[in-house]
Amino acid sequence: MEAGKTNVISVLVENKPGVLHSIANLFRRRNFNIESITVGATQHKDIARMTITVNADEKTLDQVVKQVEKQIDVLKVEELEQGNFVMRELALIKVEIVDSKKRSDVINFVNVFRGRIIDISTDSITVEITGGPDKIDAFLNLMKTFGVIELARTGITALSRGIKSIKIDE
Amino acid sequence: MPKMSGAQALLESLEQQKVDTIFGILGGAILPVYDALSNNKKIRHILARHEQCAAHEAEGYARASGRVGVCMATSGPGATNLVTGIANAYMDSSPIIALTGQIPTCGVNSSYMIGRDAFQEADILGITTAITKYNYQPQTVMEIPQMVTNAFYIATTGRPGPVLIDLPKNVQLNIAEIKFTNKPNIRSYKLPQSPNPIKINQAAELLTKSQRPIILAGGGVITAGASDEIVQMSDLLMAPVTTTFMGKGAFPENHPLSLGSIGMHGNPTANRLISEADVLLAVGTRFSDRATTNLDTFAQDAKKIQIDIDAAEINKNIEVDISLIADAKETLKMLLAATSKKLQKGEGKTWTKRVKEAKEQLSPMLKDNPRDMTPKALLSELRKLLPQNGIITTEVGQNQMWSALYLQALQPRTFISSGGLGTMGFGFPAAIGAKVACPNRPVVDIAGDGSFIMSEQELACSITEDIPVIVIVLNNSVLGMVAQWQRTLYDRRYSAINLGKTPDFVKLAEAYGAQGIRTESIDKFKKAIKTAINSKITTVIDVPINPEIDVVPFVPPGYGLPQQRGDY
Repeated sequence: MEAGKTNVISVLVENKPGVLHSIANLFRRRNFNIESITVGATQHKDIARMTITVNADEKTLDQVVKQVEKQIDVLKVEELEQGNFVMRELALIKVEIVDSKKRSDVINFVNVFRGRIIDISTDSITVEITGGPDKIDAFLNLMKTFGVIELARTGITALSRGIKSIKIDE
Repeated sequence: MPKMSGAQALLESLEQQKVDTIFGILGGAILPVYDALSNNKKIRHILARHEQCAAHEAEGYARASGRVGVCMATSGPGATNLVTGIANAYMDSSPIIALTGQIPTCGVNSSYMIGRDAFQEADILGITTAITKYNYQPQTVMEIPQMVTNAFYIATTGRPGPVLIDLPKNVQLNIAEIKFTNKPNIRSYKLPQSPNPIKINQAAELLTKSQRPIILAGGGVITAGASDEIVQMSDLLMAPVTTTFMGKGAFPENHPLSLGSIGMHGNPTANRLISEADVLLAVGTRFSDRATTNLDTFAQDAKKIQIDIDAAEINKNIEVDISLIADAKETLKMLLAATSKKLQKGEGKTWTKRVKEAKEQLSPMLKDNPRDMTPKALLSELRKLLPQNGIITTEVGQNQMWSALYLQALQPRTFISSGGLGTMGFGFPAAIGAKVACPNRPVVDIAGDGSFIMSEQELACSITEDIPVIVIVLNNSVLGMVAQWQRTLYDRRYSAINLGKTPDFVKLAEAYGAQGIRTESIDKFKKAIKTAINSKITTVIDVPINPEIDVVPFVPPGYGLPQQRGDY
């Protein structure tokens, strides 16, 4: 597939078994390139929100949105408008610490990036960092110079800016 | 509220949906439903001899009648055998309901439970996610009526498709007070609204100004029952009509403005004229690769208007100028009204002349030698002997493409074939299903020897269930279509295409108690057809043909529609 830009779509779905499977399956079957998918609760207990980042050109993105919309358990799909939404990702990064100099360097970087140290041992530090994917990438690149032992990223979750929301017509 | 088992609730719900037939095969995990079926007077069960054929039979029933076809199988292998049939219905947007038995969700023996790899367990919900419009698995008896109502609603509305209901055995057996409902309740399922009147006007404007309009009718026209509107639109604009393969029958092919089907093995007239048109009105078509052959050159001079009920079909393959996302019949009615207001009479004479001239020059029927045992001659004779409402099904391969080229379909729902998935072995069980739906009309399966043996065991079903159909085996002792590809595209390097002179189709038919006739001349063929139409049992007509006959003309892969090859 031709490389396009990264797009974020927000999908409200029925909160029931099988829905994640059918959406994930759709992406595989249609050969759409999924970068990340996060699923979680909304203010309605029977509705879940999926935030999907896809790398696609305009034509493919149009197909992605339409095909997702067509799924029976999908209540609403919205393509989040570039620059008009907020998004966050969380990453946990475990860094190897070989001496106290390295330890204080890592702690300094964590403070600059407003991360949090959530675990520490004689030879490792685990950092929690949230932000946009760019910030996390930048921080991660710094940490790689120390030696990343393990990494877990959640993938992004997002909402549009302002009072606007995805409305469900009952 | 009545108290009953899940199995009884299922049958009662099916009756409320006016189901009169189920095609199926039983097994352990679906036994409670078959037990309930044993004293049911309203639903006829037809015992298929392979679950795949049960699904094809349900689809044949659905496509001949416009109603929902229902098939049923047990868990595990029964369910997985349905898969090809379900995939076929999904690709061709046919409304079928597949019912499968399943291992219990809980029970006395906890090793006989979903998720424990129990005997005959298969995750059929997971397996069919990509090939069903939706699938269900009730966890309690009480859910069954609403689920069945929803399943039928989903299968038949919008763009139709298969829906599967997987029934855990304990849910079939449990007894509860059941509340029935015929009101679907799916808040997340929305159907397209009425077409946008502004776009209707734009489309009417475009059609009115067109000098060389052409209409492309797809399978969606048949689904929507919009054939009359296509005929009216054609008459109003003096526009020729071509169909996709799936749209065959949407427009009477003996109409002077009919061009036949477009596509890789399409009618040369249609393939040529679609490239000359200035406006294309496409209705209920997904612009498949076999219809368009090359997306860049497809109807390249035409402004395009697309009517489809599935929004995802707009701009999927072909970019269009005006899209109307709604029911085809309703949309065409509005478009007819808007267009007839704007249209001046007596326009488009040159185009009509060109259409007539192209049909005279390019028709595949011209060089007909009526005495040769060629598919062209055989199928022309069949058309003459078959009533207008006779139903034709086909297998897949050369038999299918010859049928598309040489057998005119005159009414909607009289040409039933596996268009999208291209399933060999589809035609015979589909014919059985069609015959059950339309018992008073002759049903003919145009088969090849390779395809027919893939579902030949359904002869047993047709005999024991008393469903007489006609099978014409165009017998060339090879897998003809792939042989043709090896001949033309692989420089005659034949590989694995020989079927040999086996079986003897006359003896095969007789072994099952059917009638077998071998015909070696056109006259004998005509006689055999007459005999078969009047026969009360299934008849297999074995017609030996020359294995070197190609389906021509043919658009080689990558070429545009008018670049057809082959001397026809």
